Amino acid sequence: MIELDDVSYSYGGDALLSDITLRLAPGSFHFLTGPSGAGKSTLLKLCYMELLATKGTVTLFGRPARDIGRDGVAMVRRRVGIVHQDCQFLDHLPLLENVALPLTVSGQSTEAHMEEMRELLGWVGLASKLRALPPELSGGERQRAALARAVVMSPDVILADEPTGNLDWEMSLRLLTLLVELNRMGKAILVATHDLNLIRQAKSQVAARVLRIKDRRLQLAGADL
Amino acid sequence: MKKLTDVVAILKGDPRADRAVPPTGFTAQLTLLTAAAMAFLGVFALALSLATARLAERWAGELAQSSTIRISAPQDQVAVQTAAALRVLNQTTGVASARALDPAEQRALLAPWFGPDLPVETLPIPQLIEVIETPAGYDAEGLRLRLRAEAPGGVLDDHTRWRRPLVAAAGRINALGLVSLALIGGVMVAMITLAANAALSANAQVIRVLRLVGARDSYIARAFVRRFTLRALSGAAGGTALGMAAIALLPKADPAGGFLTGLGFTGAGWILPLVIPPLAAVIAFWSTRLAALRALKEIT
Repeated sequence: MIELDDVSYSYGGDALLSDITLRLAPGSFHFLTGPSGAGKSTLLKLCYMELLATKGTVTLFGRPARDIGRDGVAMVRRRVGIVHQDCQFLDHLPLLENVALPLTVSGQSTEAHMEEMRELLGWVGLASKLRALPPELSGGERQRAALARAVVMSPDVILADEPTGNLDWEMSLRLLTLLVELNRMGKAILVATHDLNLIRQAKSQVAARVLRIKDRRLQLAGADL
Repeated sequence: MKKLTDVVAILKGDPRADRAVPPTGFTAQLTLLTAAAMAFLGVFALALSLATARLAERWAGELAQSSTIRISAPQDQVAVQTAAALRVLNQTTGVASARALDPAEQRALLAPWFGPDLPVETLPIPQLIEVIETPAGYDAEGLRLRLRAEAPGGVLDDHTRWRRPLVAAAGRINALGLVSLALIGGVMVAMITLAANAALSANAQVIRVLRLVGARDSYIARAFVRRFTLRALSGAAGGTALGMAAIALLPKADPAGGFLTGLGFTGAGWILPLVIPPLAAVIAFWSTRLAALRALKEIT
């Protein structure tokens, strides 16, 4: 679904990523790790076209990223659920409308999906917060709401950038469980994190590949995990 | 047809899309006030333009159909030369009628300068002949040559000398009114574009989130375009109503009156200012749409 073939990314003449090759197939689960500033977020941004590779080919759902116009980018993002560390909500809209935003912008009726939405928010443990505004939510609630928004369109791929960065261990495990459940539904998952405990915990639940960015290159993480 | 459908869809609006973009009080008021002020000025520019157009048309029309022959001759020759000039005029193609003004009419003409009791019969003042032309007009140079031969004291004044600058002046004021209208439209474009850009900048984070969840540029632009179009429409409607009320309160427009008393709308002319609000809406629609699509290109 998402393929990076010998991809490099440079910014202002400095190479941030070099010769990255990665395939996110349906039902796959990848962790992406590495120190802060290694380029984990950059790699994720290449996967949902917030950035364009300076070398190599990124293919999204069978189409080279360079051939995809702005409307095409919107279409790609409807098939890719994105969970950011800082969540990125519209603070003036209640939680329910924020979670429904991908449906709204794609012209689908939120009323028709209301039951599913309530179920989804119950699934992430936010059934009682439907009318709350994002600033009224805790960090953990925001992360779970971000996950709910990311999956509301039933995307093929879920990209999560440090999704447990603001969460305590208990909440991190809960979010991980949600991601594992989604993976079992056939979604491809890529989670960028430097939380090695989380990765170890996940490996006990799911056959996840762990990748590490080191010296701008992607490598399979070894036994140290 | 698709474009028209798009425009209708935008104006009809999508309440959910509208909710996604928070209202921005400052730009809302700026757009409303700008549209109202520009529409108010637009009504006056239109009134000026129409008044000068009427004036130019009247001057050109009235003066083009008449001319004067002045018989300046020794007293004993005046009657003979007047009769000769009238005979020439009767034989001239393009002259519909000609007649010598009687003393009462000549006295009335001079009254503004010498009072009503001027004894014109005893004074050596020229005899005037009023000439009315046919629509096709006459050959002025040919008539001058014949007058020189048969009534040497006759001087033809076809009003061209002083009519031309007057008509040109009225035409220029008319053009000035139209230029003012164009400038008002230009200022409106600039102000609405600035306000739209300010709103887009203020909502950069909202736009980023909308793009992130899969919103197309047209969807995001639509929320801004609809808002600015409706603001411009309502602001301009208010400004136009005020402008028309102010014009109506001016001294009554005299269709045949002078420039200042004629500054107003007459008859169907009152319909013309009603074009200003929809025009403002069209200007706002395109200004905002172009500004939004340009700004959106900066956001991936």
